[in-house]
Amino acid sequence: MTSTTEQVAGFVDPSATTLLRFATAGSVDDGKSTLVGRLLHDSKSILTDQLEAVEAVSAQRGQDTPDLALLTDGLRAEREQGITIDVAYRYFATTRRRFILADTPGHVQYTRNMVTGASTADLAVVLVDARNGVIEQTRRHAAVAALLRVPHVVLAVNKMDLVGYEEKAFARIAEEFTAYASDLGVPEITAIPISALAGDNVVEPSANMDWYGGPTVLEHLETVPVSHDLTACPARFPVQYVIRPQSAEHPDYRGYAGQIASGVLRVGEAVTVLPSGRTSVIEGIDALGESVDIAWAPQSVTLRLRDDIDISRGDLIAPSASAPATTQDVEATVCHVADQPLAVGARVLLKHTTRTVKAIVKEIPSRLTLDDLSQHPNPGQLVANDIGRVVVRTAEPLALDAYAASRRTGSFLLIDPADGTTLAAGMAGESFASQAHTTVQADEEGWDF
Amino acid sequence: MTATVAHVHEGTDAPYALSHLDALESEAVHIFREVAGEFEKPVVLFSGGKDSIVMLHLALKAFAPAPVPFTLLHVDTGHNFPEVLAYRDRAVEKHNLRLHVASVQEYIDAGKLRERPDGVRNPLQTVPLTEAIQRLRFDAVFGGGRRDEEKARAKERVFSLRDEFSQWDPRRQRPELWQLYNGRHAPGEHVRVFPLSNWTELDVWQYIAREGIELPEIYFAHEREVFRRNGMWLTAGEWGGPKRDESTETRLIRYRTVGDMSCTGAVDSDATTLDAVITEIAASRLTERGATRADDKMSEAAMEDRKREGYF
Repeated sequence: MTSTTEQVAGFVDPSATTLLRFATAGSVDDGKSTLVGRLLHDSKSILTDQLEAVEAVSAQRGQDTPDLALLTDGLRAEREQGITIDVAYRYFATTRRRFILADTPGHVQYTRNMVTGASTADLAVVLVDARNGVIEQTRRHAAVAALLRVPHVVLAVNKMDLVGYEEKAFARIAEEFTAYASDLGVPEITAIPISALAGDNVVEPSANMDWYGGPTVLEHLETVPVSHDLTACPARFPVQYVIRPQSAEHPDYRGYAGQIASGVLRVGEAVTVLPSGRTSVIEGIDALGESVDIAWAPQSVTLRLRDDIDISRGDLIAPSASAPATTQDVEATVCHVADQPLAVGARVLLKHTTRTVKAIVKEIPSRLTLDDLSQHPNPGQLVANDIGRVVVRTAEPLALDAYAASRRTGSFLLIDPADGTTLAAGMAGESFASQAHTTVQADEEGWDF
Repeated sequence: MTATVAHVHEGTDAPYALSHLDALESEAVHIFREVAGEFEKPVVLFSGGKDSIVMLHLALKAFAPAPVPFTLLHVDTGHNFPEVLAYRDRAVEKHNLRLHVASVQEYIDAGKLRERPDGVRNPLQTVPLTEAIQRLRFDAVFGGGRRDEEKARAKERVFSLRDEFSQWDPRRQRPELWQLYNGRHAPGEHVRVFPLSNWTELDVWQYIAREGIELPEIYFAHEREVFRRNGMWLTAGEWGGPKRDESTETRLIRYRTVGDMSCTGAVDSDATTLDAVITEIAASRLTERGATRADDKMSEAAMEDRKREGYF
């Protein structure tokens, strides 16, 4: 535990800290609230008045010890039912890094929440109970992390104190999980034996497991690389807004405002505007009040081009050397996130980067069961929390990347035009859900030939 | 490589790393531009408090060198600190903006709202706010709310859909995936937008320091006539204090948050500079609201209830 002065000393230089977004998956039974509570508590993010409030409510209910879950379960319905029904965001910091934690519930009916939390995460923590090992739920969490292409996965094997801090118990679980997740395409897996309750290897190294030589959970969170994957891809710049002051001071200024979705952009670079295909050269980059020669994801900037061409919100600017193709036929894996179903033939809106177009769901080739990765051909519709494949035809061309190449320009939403509901979260191109991993089972409705 | 706003540091993720403040700034600017691109008539809630000051600063950066394409709205409780109102008016003038004011006092004078026995007016802001949104037909309303402030807010979306009564239904909130914000809404509905969702109190202060943003003086330590009520140091004034059994004293204090005088408590502090304030906050063992706000202490579900009614 660092002293307050050390903590404060670290806070005084904010330019030296980076930001890590991570998600946790696991059920309350696995000790997730305890793990999150300990991370917050030991990094001094739970403050006196919050603890007092929790203690007061716990005492009112006749509980002897403060119920840490109260810190993290925010809505009345959840407190009444004792469950977590939504994604909650939590914030804490150490001297090295600022963290945004998307805390997601682990139950099967909340797959959509884990998908939501994982969509912006650089890292996912999957929690298992050392006594139970890898169970269906664990495989589901691994599959969601793989599908959403979260760059780093941590397997936290919790409750090691209940299995005598045995290395063998940990190694068996770590091996089984690593094999499974690697097979699904998870690029980096770090397994850590912990006891959230006793505090082993969460923030402090464990004295009970000297056989483990790796980092604690917090050390790993502090040192794992962030955003490297964003700058390694070809540059993509979705235009959000055109800035034209038309003032006496700036009579001819025309800038294209947006956030660089991936890659690096440089002044002097030849670019292509999609879907029109017109070309120009980057004349200047205004990085929020400062003129720069180079900018990279995820910076919000304004680009100025050499030629006066017609560009508006929804267009994509990319280096001519690595511009994406445009298409009106989108094949994708989707997670259905709405209560109303999505059926073949549905007319929807598709939102991709800054562009929203009309679309029709042409086919739903298969639905995936996350527990065993079995596929069910032609389910006809998808319902809440389903993962499936869709084929969509759009009214206008999209400059879409494969989600495997770029999370930001390969993702999209399907929206109900009637009431604006977000129906599905889409990931363009191939994924493990599009390959026959296991025996294909027919749906109960019978054969689909 | 020439100078760049992104601060590259050794040993992190150089060469293409952003500091956490740059990442948060970039995200907030992206949110402002999304709203400008997708909505007809957005408005920024602006009180002259530090969170709304940071919001305005980010909006100015997002659209420079063009002016901010939004107007401002302030729900004036009638018990605001004069220093803060003066700051508000200076900012409006300096940036050539348009300010709408919805006045709680006018509602009370017209008999449309009743003063509470304790004189606390924050809960009375909801009706003037929602009626102003309806009357002026705003379809997007920027608020400075942060998810770290309170438990019910931890689940708030960046784009938060409200029905024609401005009500917040947690079950109607849409999942927010990647950086794809869905702002579609029916006529009469609107979306509350929170560009500072992922910021903490400390981030806000560090950003103010980095950008050299001027703040109302009451955020820094000064001597003030205060009295104790409900465990808070309140400013003596015509709004309703001190009562007969309360006595004033002069103390060296500052404000961590600025709201209605009747429910915003000061903290004992000798921090007269931004650096001193940041050091104090980093070492504080109390949350911003816990230390200074009476209104959130009402009940465990107080904030959730008020959000449902249309408060932020």
